[in-house]
Amino acid sequence: MIDGDRHIGTKGTAGEPLIRIENMTKTFGEHQVLQPINLEILEKETLVVIGASGSGKTTMLRCINHLETPTTGGVYLRDEPIGGNPAEFGLPWTPFPENLVARQRRNFGFVFQRFNLFPHLTALDNVAIGPRKVLGIGKSEARARAREQLEKVFLGEHIGKRPNQLSGGQQQRVAIARALAMNPIVMLFDEPTSALDPELVKEVLDVIRLLAETGMTSVIVTHEMHFAAEVADRVTYIDHGTIVEQGPPHKLFSSPEEERTKKFLSHFHHIFDNPANP
Amino acid sequence: MLDWDIIKMAIPLLAEGLTVTLYVSFFAGIIGTFAGIILGLLSLSNIKPLELFIRIYVDFVRGTPLLIQIFLVFFALPVIGIKFNEIWAGVAALAFNLAGYTAEIVRGSVGAVEKGQAEAAKGIGMTREKILVYILLPQAARQMVPPFTNELITMIKSSSLLSVISVYELTRSGQAIISVHFVPFEIYGLLALYYWGLITTISWATRQLERRLPAW
Ligand SMILES: Nc1ncnc2c1ncn2[C@@H]1O[C@H](COP(=O)(O)OP(=O)(O)OP(=O)(O)O)[C@@H](O)[C@H]1O
Ligand SMILES: [Mg+2]
Repeated sequence: MIDGDRHIGTKGTAGEPLIRIENMTKTFGEHQVLQPINLEILEKETLVVIGASGSGKTTMLRCINHLETPTTGGVYLRDEPIGGNPAEFGLPWTPFPENLVARQRRNFGFVFQRFNLFPHLTALDNVAIGPRKVLGIGKSEARARAREQLEKVFLGEHIGKRPNQLSGGQQQRVAIARALAMNPIVMLFDEPTSALDPELVKEVLDVIRLLAETGMTSVIVTHEMHFAAEVADRVTYIDHGTIVEQGPPHKLFSSPEEERTKKFLSHFHHIFDNPANP
Repeated sequence: MLDWDIIKMAIPLLAEGLTVTLYVSFFAGIIGTFAGIILGLLSLSNIKPLELFIRIYVDFVRGTPLLIQIFLVFFALPVIGIKFNEIWAGVAALAFNLAGYTAEIVRGSVGAVEKGQAEAAKGIGMTREKILVYILLPQAARQMVPPFTNELITMIKSSSLLSVISVYELTRSGQAIISVHFVPFEIYGLLALYYWGLITTISWATRQLERRLPAW
C-alpha cells in the first residue's frame, strides 16, 4: 500500500479496510467521552489501542459492535452501517430493528475484561450456546464445534467444568472460544488480561497472539505494552476520546511524535529501556 | 383441662374447612403464579405501555389491603356485571394478589442478574427474548423461589380473610364450632396446628424445587 496515511502492518499481513469508524462521538449525559473518531481497521490487521484509564477505549470498542450507540457518526463493516443509519444529510440517527442489530453483532467477537461467562453452563455449553441458539445449529454439531474451539485455546480437558471451577486465565480462554465459535469477522478484546493474576496473563496473551498470527482481524485494548509491541501491526494511542497518534509499534514506542504520547509512554519506560529483558 | 370430646368432634369438621382452604389456595396458587410469571416476563418485554400497566397493577396490589381487594372482587365487580360465587371470588382475589407479588419477584430477580451476562449474550448475537430465556431466567430461577415461597405462604394464611365473604374455609369452620360450643382454646389451637402443618408442607415442597434448579 502506498497511501501514506494507511499503516501497513509490521508483519505485512494487513489488507483492505474492513471496518471504518467515521466521525464517531459518544456522549454520556454532559460528558463527551469520544471526540469525533476516524479510524480504519484493515483486513487481517492487529490493531492495539492504548491509553490512560478513562480515555474512552472501552467505549470505542463497545460502539464498534454496537453494545453502545454512538451519539453521532457511525461504524461501517465493509460499508454496511452497524446498528442503524448514522445521522447525516440532516436526517436523524435511525436504529435498525433489534433482530438485524443482533445479526450484525455476530460479526464481532467481543472479549470482556471480566470474562462474563455464563455461570450456569459448562465451558462446553458456554461456547456451544451461541451456535445452537443463535445460529440454529443442532446440539451435537454445536457441541462438536465448541469442543474444537476449546481445544484451540488448550482447554480440551476442561470442557465439562463450570466457570467457577476454572481459573481466571482459563475462563478468559473459554470466553475467547465462545466468541470464536460464532465465526466472527473481527475480534474485539477489551483489556483481556487486566483482571487476571500476573501468572495467568501469559496463557491468555499466547492464545490471542496465535489468533493474530492466523490472520484474524483484531482490535486489542491493552496495557501490556510488551505484548502490544510484539503482536500489533499498528498501535493507536487515545487520550480524552481523541486519537492522538498512531503507527507501527516500533515507531510509536521508540519515537513518538506527540508530547502526550511521550508522556503516556514514559510510564512504561522500564519496559522499553531494556528490550532484551521482558 | 382440654375438652377432648370437642377436639375429636372438631377434627373432621375442621378438615372440611381445610379442604376448602386447600381448594382455594390451590387454584389461587396456580392461577396467581402463572399470571404473575407472565406479567413479570411482560414487564421485561420493553413494550412501554405494557410495562406501565403492570407497574400500576403491582403498585395497586402492594398498596392496598388484601381485605379491600377481596371486597372489591366480591361486591364491586358484580356491579359491572362480573359475578362469582364466594369461593371463586376468593380464588380470584387471592390470585389477583399473588400475581402482583409474583410479577415483581420475577422482574426483580431477572433484573438482579449481573449486567455483564446480558452484554455477553448480546455479544454473541442473541436477541432480547433469547437472552431472557437462555441466560437470565435460568440464572434467576433459583433466586425466585425463597421470596415466592414467602408470598405463597402469606397467601395461604391470608385465605382466612375469606371468612368475611362467608367462604367456609378453615378459619370460618373453626369459628362456627366456637360459636356453638364456646371452646376457643381448643379450636384456635387446632386451627394453628392445621395451618402450621399445611405451611410446613408447602415450605418443604418448595425447598425440594429450589434444590432441583440450576446452581453453581
Ligand atoms: N455507561 C456510562 N455512563 C456514563 N459514563 C460512562 C459510561 N461508560 C463510560 N463512561 C465514562 O466514559 C469515560 C471513558 O470510559 P471508558 O470505559 O471508555 O474508558 P477506558 O479508556 O476504557 O478506561 P479503562 O482503562 O479504565 O478501562 C469514563 O470517564 C467513564 O466514566
Ligand atoms: Mg476500559
